[in-house]
Amino acid sequence: MGELLRQTWTIARKDLLLEFRSRTAIVSAVVFTALVLTVFNFGRDPTAVSALDLAPSILWVTFTFAAMLGLNRAFQLELENQALEGLLISPLDRRSLYWGKLLANLAFVAVVEAVGLPLFVLFFNVPVGRVLLPLLAVMALATLGFVAVGTLFSAMVVRTRFAELMLPVLLLPFLLLPLTYAVQATARLLADRPLSEVAGWLRLLAAYDIVFFAVASWLFPYTVDE
Amino acid sequence: MLWAEGLRHAFNEGRVVALDDVSFNLAAGQTLAIFGPNGAGKTTLLKVLAGLIRPQAGSARVAGGRRAIGWIGHQSQLYGHLSVRENLLFWASLYGVPRAERGARATDVLARLGMTDRAEQPVWSLSRGLVQRAAIAKALIHEPRVLLLDEPFTGLDLGAAAELRALLAALRGAGRALVLATHNVDEGAELATDVAFQLRGRFVQYAPRAGRGSAEIAEAYRRAVAGTNG
Repeated sequence: MGELLRQTWTIARKDLLLEFRSRTAIVSAVVFTALVLTVFNFGRDPTAVSALDLAPSILWVTFTFAAMLGLNRAFQLELENQALEGLLISPLDRRSLYWGKLLANLAFVAVVEAVGLPLFVLFFNVPVGRVLLPLLAVMALATLGFVAVGTLFSAMVVRTRFAELMLPVLLLPFLLLPLTYAVQATARLLADRPLSEVAGWLRLLAAYDIVFFAVASWLFPYTVDE
Repeated sequence: MLWAEGLRHAFNEGRVVALDDVSFNLAAGQTLAIFGPNGAGKTTLLKVLAGLIRPQAGSARVAGGRRAIGWIGHQSQLYGHLSVRENLLFWASLYGVPRAERGARATDVLARLGMTDRAEQPVWSLSRGLVQRAAIAKALIHEPRVLLLDEPFTGLDLGAAAELRALLAALRGAGRALVLATHNVDEGAELATDVAFQLRGRFVQYAPRAGRGSAEIAEAYRRAVAGTNG
């Protein structure tokens, strides 16, 4: 297990270093997040629907599509100079490759969310101070779920034509459950409902994470080997 | 050091035969040069030997497994936004080179390839010839016992190609086993201890070089290709 984790960190560290150097995807994702929140803020009629009713859906739709930019890039960067073949020839365990990519993608989405959440609070004037910790728990669990599935699909589509179009088409159906759970939990938190009402959604998110992380770890080698 | 037995593989539901009953073995210090036209199945054979493709029949084995294999192709497998040295340290880590040795190994292999002054440059900023040298450094960083070379001379000028040939000869002399696949007989014949002509997936000739010169091998290759096409 020690070797698996060491290789996982080697892959994640390399991906984060590449993103830090090029800043291609992270800048796009952060700008996208800011733009979408701005458009939703000015594009809605505040007298028709309250911000609290709309905000949870807007938050999660924004984070999901911003994350797609990073997920698309996760394996695209391995096509440069056929680095992916080098990885597959090396003694790297396929699970380490998946876990390393997952770790780097989680860091990527965490940065997007760290920028997006304050903007969300600013634009929609929603009270998150008192529920910040449970809200962060919802964000962590939901993000782990959709990034776990997204990383697997990113590997599946990377060698197809129109990979950037294929990823959202294939991935979004699998995200319906975690996004529904996340929106429901966020809505209750923002409405200041008791935490006991949120606990069920958190358990569902955790269950989704465990199942899909395990399934994706098992399936991943089949997606990259010829 | 390297064994292949009865390898068969086809693509497109069997319509395109890439490997047809290919068998050979290679000992330390031997170099097998595989000559064949584009589409003959040379790259497929190397990918099978490297474990990238599971053959539909037959088996291939490299003593020491994946850790013993170094790959040099016409694509560098390097990351453009990392420096040459960062790339080498990354690949050394994946191949399980102990952390304490990685820096010294990278320094040593860069010095052998005359790239010490390029170590901190990002790969994207290097010329094609220097990228290929960096790719060779990457292939050697874990001191592999078997080197698989897929058209390694592609894109190199005459000087760089001659340097690469000299380096490969030195590696063979140091006891490495080399498998070199190319469509250009002039590039690979000098290095070979064994020569194979691969046409439509099959080794139509496979024999020791036995003192034959490049011109003689090239002529035999032309006859083999003409015979198959005819």
